[in-house]
Amino acid sequence: MPDDASIFRNGTFHADTWTFPADDVPLPPSGDIAVGKTRFLAEIQTLRARNGGIGVVLNPGEDPDGIVEHLDRITLVALRFTKYSDGRPYSVARLLRDRHGYKGELRATGDVLRDQVIFMLRAGFDSLDVAHAGTREALRTGSIVGVRHHYQPASDEAREAVGPVSPWRRRSV
Amino acid sequence: MYRYDEFDHAFVRERVAEFRDQVARRLSGEMTEDQFKPLRLMNGVYLQLHAYMLRIAIPYGTLSSKQLRRLAHIGRVYDKGSGHFTTRQNLQFNWIKLADVPQILEELAEVEMHAIQTSGNCIRNVTADHFAGAAADEVADPRVYAEILRQWSSLHPEFSFLPRKFKLAVTAAPHDRAAVQVHDIGLHMKVDDKGERGFAVWVGGGQGRTPMVAKKVRDFLPEADLLSYCEAILRIYNLEGRRDNKYKARIKILVHETGEAEITRAIEAEFAELQGKALTVPAPEIERIARYFALPDLETLRARSEVYETAKRDPAFALFARRNVHAHKVPGYGIVTISLKPTGAPPGDATSEQMEAIADIAERYSSDELRVSHEQNLVLPHVKLDDIPVVFAQLQKIGLGDANAGFITDIIACPGLDFCALANARSIPVAQRLSERFEDIARQAEIGDLKIKISGCINACGHHHVGHIGILGVDRKGEEFYQITLGGSGDETCSIGEIVGPGFSSDGIVDAVETVVDTYLKLRISADEPFLAAYRRVGQAPFKEALYAR
Amino acid sequence: MAKKKDFHPVAATANDLRSGAVVFREPDGRWGTEARRAEIAETPEDAERLLARAKADHDSCIVVEPVLIEMAEGRPVALRERIRDTGPTAGIGRTA
Repeated sequence: MPDDASIFRNGTFHADTWTFPADDVPLPPSGDIAVGKTRFLAEIQTLRARNGGIGVVLNPGEDPDGIVEHLDRITLVALRFTKYSDGRPYSVARLLRDRHGYKGELRATGDVLRDQVIFMLRAGFDSLDVAHAGTREALRTGSIVGVRHHYQPASDEAREAVGPVSPWRRRSV
Repeated sequence: MYRYDEFDHAFVRERVAEFRDQVARRLSGEMTEDQFKPLRLMNGVYLQLHAYMLRIAIPYGTLSSKQLRRLAHIGRVYDKGSGHFTTRQNLQFNWIKLADVPQILEELAEVEMHAIQTSGNCIRNVTADHFAGAAADEVADPRVYAEILRQWSSLHPEFSFLPRKFKLAVTAAPHDRAAVQVHDIGLHMKVDDKGERGFAVWVGGGQGRTPMVAKKVRDFLPEADLLSYCEAILRIYNLEGRRDNKYKARIKILVHETGEAEITRAIEAEFAELQGKALTVPAPEIERIARYFALPDLETLRARSEVYETAKRDPAFALFARRNVHAHKVPGYGIVTISLKPTGAPPGDATSEQMEAIADIAERYSSDELRVSHEQNLVLPHVKLDDIPVVFAQLQKIGLGDANAGFITDIIACPGLDFCALANARSIPVAQRLSERFEDIARQAEIGDLKIKISGCINACGHHHVGHIGILGVDRKGEEFYQITLGGSGDETCSIGEIVGPGFSSDGIVDAVETVVDTYLKLRISADEPFLAAYRRVGQAPFKEALYAR
Repeated sequence: MAKKKDFHPVAATANDLRSGAVVFREPDGRWGTEARRAEIAETPEDAERLLARAKADHDSCIVVEPVLIEMAEGRPVALRERIRDTGPTAGIGRTA
């Protein structure tokens, strides 16, 4: 596996096709680019005019207000976990999926560790930017030991079986 | 009581396997302590002064005899032969090896128990009225809703990394025995004039260094909306609760800083988005869960038991009947409190032998059921009045026949500096000395209802803020000092105790409490005016005068 | 680290990773359960070196979160540390 294949999505690792230009770097004319919320809001017209995918990166504490109107043009939302114990991105993820109907790539980035992978997928993330070696290995080999019986519906309904017995029970399939 | 089905068993088995894997990765060095700590806490494992501590969930305080026997067994094999019942209806073992924890969890899983979410910044074990399912005054069994909440909150993918811990309590009787107004969410069930069940919803109560009585954000929430409403509250808290300062991270601070009106508006707005969707609680699901909590097959008896009445000729039994027996909803039955506060003993401790004896008593005389109270006692919920004299005798044999429920020696105390890594001062020895000072049961009876609660640090695990007499241990230049608060209460008349003045040394604290008690005895209108009522009538002044006047 | 003039002799203590037991670092680098056998650092410089070695043992997954504690006559000075050394003062049963 090449080292640059750090994006775990649909069960395998891929190289990242997105670029994340720093705030003071001009936007490249083409290619998929993702920017922070402030720049996104300031340069939405430029972003829409150029040739390439539009992505947004939200830090913990940044809400998706102002972004949601443009979700139909956005194909990547990356939510940063500055540390895994800061759980705000889980709520933002669920709001994007369940409330705002976002269907594009929803990526967890930053402190992405194997012990939280199931929570992330259930909260609606479908893409993980994994820097941690042990987590990469565990995902690559499918050796994550976790709980796949759930007591509450969340935001990954397409990949979960409903029931039995109680209306809220789910199983990862 | 609730019984696991295949799904529940699979869930807990997977959780045990997950934790076993996490422990293995920690022991092998793959995980650092910083990475491991939040994970071990989420499964109830602390590192305390002397060893690891394992906190086992006893959801809403309900236990079977078989489960209590298993706890006794674990205490004997993996600890030093005892366990400690906590103020959150849990049980802690204080001398656990990390390497043993996965095996202990497997043994617990066999009897449908676990340690999930007994610590960490997640939704903690849901507590309820310890007389639930038996109390004559309840409008429904609050455990049905506590169980629904327990399931919903278990490994919730959105709410497992909250700003801070989050505690829910449910009660369903007018008299609040679950202290719901000092919880992050307190649910007080009632029935409206159309006969519909619902909850008054209290948010933002808590103790700790900033004690606050919760605000009522809803007077009546229909039971069907329970989960949607809680999810709305938790989402707002997860997004908006402070994460910059651990001491300001509880929802009570968010409620306080946002203001009652604004936080209520925000909760209602989020709830409006969630209402009527996937989390609506269908009536058949409530009925399904409620069937688990149906009353056991109790006999049809006369309300008056001659055996029981006759036994009261013995003054010791008469006192036990008066203090430790509570009205049951079924005629001819009573609810028996087993005091874990014998003279001189650490509050809430039980040896493995005592646990086994209690399990035998519960199996024979209480339909195999037990409760743990947040006052660190055990409860036999369904005892025939005819049998109570025998139960009393058997409790006396194991040293747990004290008729002191609700008396001054029925003390709540946190583990304190003897065990806890966070504590500043010892709690248990203060409780022990107080219980020895007030050992005379006639004197306790004369004093009447009086709740003493002792915390060994500002985190207030001993609930001192809501003690009629609260004691807070502090460290002053390496010396233990104890502050006294007066007038706290955790029931439906919830109030936070007021600090009466400068603290007392370890040597002086017991005398100081005695001074408070003597002052009360002198000023009460009659023996029918309990300490709290007298304090609320006269205020702090006479007590201050007695404690500090020279 | 404390200034030289108000420095008191210290030992390194921690909890054993596997068992959680209270342990003290001994002169030969082993961690034992008796405070009186602990290596005592008599100067601030020695104390720093002792803590560095203890922290290396934390990083090697032998012990958890080592700290330096003041010692006098072979035992810890602070009440908390004395309780860690000799056990809870509150046992089951009466205090008297």
